[in-house]
Amino acid sequence: MDNNKKTACGVNYDQYVRRKVLTIVTLVVLTFLMALFAISAGSADIPVSEVLKALFGFGAAKNVLVTVNIRLPRILMAIVSGIGLAAAGCVMQSILKNPLASASTLGISQGASFGAAIAITFLGGGTVLGNTADAVTINNPYLTSFCAFAASMFVTFVILGLSKARKASPETMILAGVALSSLFAGATALLQYFSSDVQMAAIVFWTFGDLGRASMQNIQVSAVVTIGALIYFMFNRWNYNALECGEHTAIGLGVNVARVRLIGMTVASLTAATIVSFVGIINFIGLIAPHIMRRFVGNDYRYLLPASALMGALMLLISDTFARLIISPVILPIGAITSFLGAPLFLYLIFKGVGHNAEN
Amino acid sequence: MLKIDALEFGYRSNRKILDDIKFDVAKGECVAILGNNGAGKSTMLKCLNKIISPQKGRVVVNEVDILKLNRLDIAKNTAYVAQKSEGSRITAYDAILLGRKPYIKLAPKKEDYEIVENIIASMSLEKFSLRYIDELSGGELQKVMIARALAQEPKVLLLDEPTSCLDLKNQLEVLKLIQNITKEKDIAVVIVIHDLNLALRYCDRFLFLKDNEIFCYGGMDVMTSENIGAVYQVPVTVQTYQNQKVVIPLT
Repeated sequence: MDNNKKTACGVNYDQYVRRKVLTIVTLVVLTFLMALFAISAGSADIPVSEVLKALFGFGAAKNVLVTVNIRLPRILMAIVSGIGLAAAGCVMQSILKNPLASASTLGISQGASFGAAIAITFLGGGTVLGNTADAVTINNPYLTSFCAFAASMFVTFVILGLSKARKASPETMILAGVALSSLFAGATALLQYFSSDVQMAAIVFWTFGDLGRASMQNIQVSAVVTIGALIYFMFNRWNYNALECGEHTAIGLGVNVARVRLIGMTVASLTAATIVSFVGIINFIGLIAPHIMRRFVGNDYRYLLPASALMGALMLLISDTFARLIISPVILPIGAITSFLGAPLFLYLIFKGVGHNAEN
Repeated sequence: MLKIDALEFGYRSNRKILDDIKFDVAKGECVAILGNNGAGKSTMLKCLNKIISPQKGRVVVNEVDILKLNRLDIAKNTAYVAQKSEGSRITAYDAILLGRKPYIKLAPKKEDYEIVENIIASMSLEKFSLRYIDELSGGELQKVMIARALAQEPKVLLLDEPTSCLDLKNQLEVLKLIQNITKEKDIAVVIVIHDLNLALRYCDRFLFLKDNEIFCYGGMDVMTSENIGAVYQVPVTVQTYQNQKVVIPLT
């Protein structure tokens, strides 16, 4: 197709669309390359060529063990979590008409922390194996994940229930989320106050976030939920675009706004809750990835959703690799690293005005 | 074409905002809804395509009560342009393409793009069609929103104070555009407007709302100093200047 082909009215729309698609393809390539580098790099460096062999079961047994059993699950969880959290944040920001909306703003992360704290404090979910911080372990991950998931979904349903009574207005959802976020943060602090040193260490350790704690089964569950959510979100991309023009305009375009909001919030919260319950709190990705991509592809959800999801995966991969390598063999908490690396990048993008307008 | 019959709306059952609203609009006709702030003009407009649901009454478009249709079918019959459009980082082209949403199943078809491009060409929007709408001037944005409404291929176009945020030049341009569209597309247009002189210049019929009811409805004959004075509680005189009626306040 001619790169400069103009449409009937003389507008170069094809070229404009190609630029958006190119951005998404670039993100796919970057994510793939970063994933390869992340598998290759670590306390035991494995060349990329050996990584590729090991992924197909060839090469040295040690390389296969490290690549397939240790690093691959971590990388896969980073990609799945990044995609899920970023897509959920992107949709929450649209349906709540609030640029600060994300799983943490709405209390979903705080709910998960509280659930995990309950499991650790009362149900024996955490303990200490030795004297160092990394010896703190969650000795019953399924129970802890289940409690975290249950508490975060409880938060979701309370928000939805309250907002449904007020015709699903975005203000009600946000305010209910902020109130519940505060409530659960306070409740978790109280649990920590009355817990033993061991339990408190385990709670803090859980909230740090750790991609390495996810099992292959956890990854599969997260992947299924994330893919399902992405399909649902992409199916509704025109509805989210309509909401960008205002609620009344969206209704005038045939959108059932209340239904789009309620189902969208449920799916986004379910996705975030599933991921957070397996890997702990990773706050910044859902907030920042959509904002970064808005600067490059605009607010058109046909492109913004996949671009944000890929940016989430890329950011989490970079953060996790940084967390593993910077003072190897110690692995820094991923939740802190995403904020630590993401915030300066975000501020740079905002104040330097990096990004495209639509015409260049 | 458009027939509104016994429309009633109230936010609470004991407080009516609209009571027994009845009027009709022919094809190729533009009707101005006039009245004081709080008279229920915008509320009435939103009842006509069920943005808010009236408690009673019918809105009949080509013999079909559209209040009984689902939202997508309503959107194929009526298009609504809000008082203040929200700018967003989507291009003018994509904002107009959004007007095809009621017809899009999974992705826009070639026909959808052709309709959008014809509208862009006919409204001369090419020069800013690939700019983000949050970078457009008020006049350009309002034209894009009208173009988006036209992309819905509606039988009835509803406009809520489309010129309220525009300077004089853009007010005249936008209303001339609406007047031309009404005749060329042969659609019924209902427009809420505050400026009586602009209404006189660009609309065919005039409906005055007062105390939740229709005070009077008709052609140029209802635009009298008595009617206007009674509705707005302001003494005015209606005079003719260069074959055009003008309203002049006397206070």
